[in-house]
Amino acid sequence: MAKNKRIIQWALLAVSVVLIAAGFIDNGFREVMTKAVMICLECIGIG
Amino acid sequence: MGDLREHMVKFGRRYTQLITAVLYNCHITGFVRGRIYKGDSKGICVPGLNCYSCPGAAFACPLGSLQGALAKTAYKLPLYMLGTLLLFGILFGRMICGFLCPFGLIQELLHKIPLPKIKKSPVTRALSFLKYVILIVFVVAIPVIRLAPGFCKYICPAGTLEAGLPLVLMNEQLQSRIGWLFSWKVFVMAVCILACMVCYRAFCRFLCPLGAIYSFFNPVAFFGIRVDEKKCTGCNACIRMCGMDTKRVGDHECIHCGECRRVCPEGAISYFTKEDKNGTI
Repeated sequence: MAKNKRIIQWALLAVSVVLIAAGFIDNGFREVMTKAVMICLECIGIG
Repeated sequence: MGDLREHMVKFGRRYTQLITAVLYNCHITGFVRGRIYKGDSKGICVPGLNCYSCPGAAFACPLGSLQGALAKTAYKLPLYMLGTLLLFGILFGRMICGFLCPFGLIQELLHKIPLPKIKKSPVTRALSFLKYVILIVFVVAIPVIRLAPGFCKYICPAGTLEAGLPLVLMNEQLQSRIGWLFSWKVFVMAVCILACMVCYRAFCRFLCPLGAIYSFFNPVAFFGIRVDEKKCTGCNACIRMCGMDTKRVGDHECIHCGECRRVCPEGAISYFTKEDKNGTI
């Protein structure tokens, strides 16, 4: 049971790294930054 | 040295929360000028709930970024955001709620105000599932269908408190554009603040979709509170003192704050089990 948990933990960790890397290649970082550097009028209740 | 260790055991989590809140919002000049930070670090998400429109925010909010990514292209998986949330979740689970969320800190400080308190019950336990509905409807469905960040736009009290109010107060242009949505968000924020005063971490327990996401990882996260089953006698002293709607230590409602360690008569609760310390499985 503990061994299965370790396998799941490391597998999910590896998947997360792969997804982040793929996201970088796919311009995900740039998209997040582009949104975050502008005032989110919806977030502050202006609409 | 012993006194220092005892002090850190007692207050270490609070110090971590304070340092985290300052680090997330270290763009101090933003509060003076009424402008948000525009540097490259805004492409990096912090683990906790922290509005990226806060004048002090130097990083992005994971929940806002996820909704933004879903709203931008409804038919494309937001790989970067999914990977980021998965990384935070598998490392820490809801320990992020207990240690690394500024809004969690605000809720805990509000709860210290001396007012009558609502104790946890089967009703609060049932209400704790509302955050999963909010996750599905406001964080996923509304951005995909209506191309708008549903939770940020209609609910998030952290956005109103950290970003909406400071920016509106400091910008006349924004003041002239206030409408029903701002009034609604201020109302929601006020209700959340009042609720947190009488009910421990009310927003965290009942409404926070980020906590809902991280709760899926509690059973498998690398770091977190653990119970030594060999020492545990099942007295449930830990559950009785826990402010969250937990049924056992480390379940999906547990924020790994570690307060239960103090009441365990057998010393069975720690952040590392005996197996972890020895490095064996």
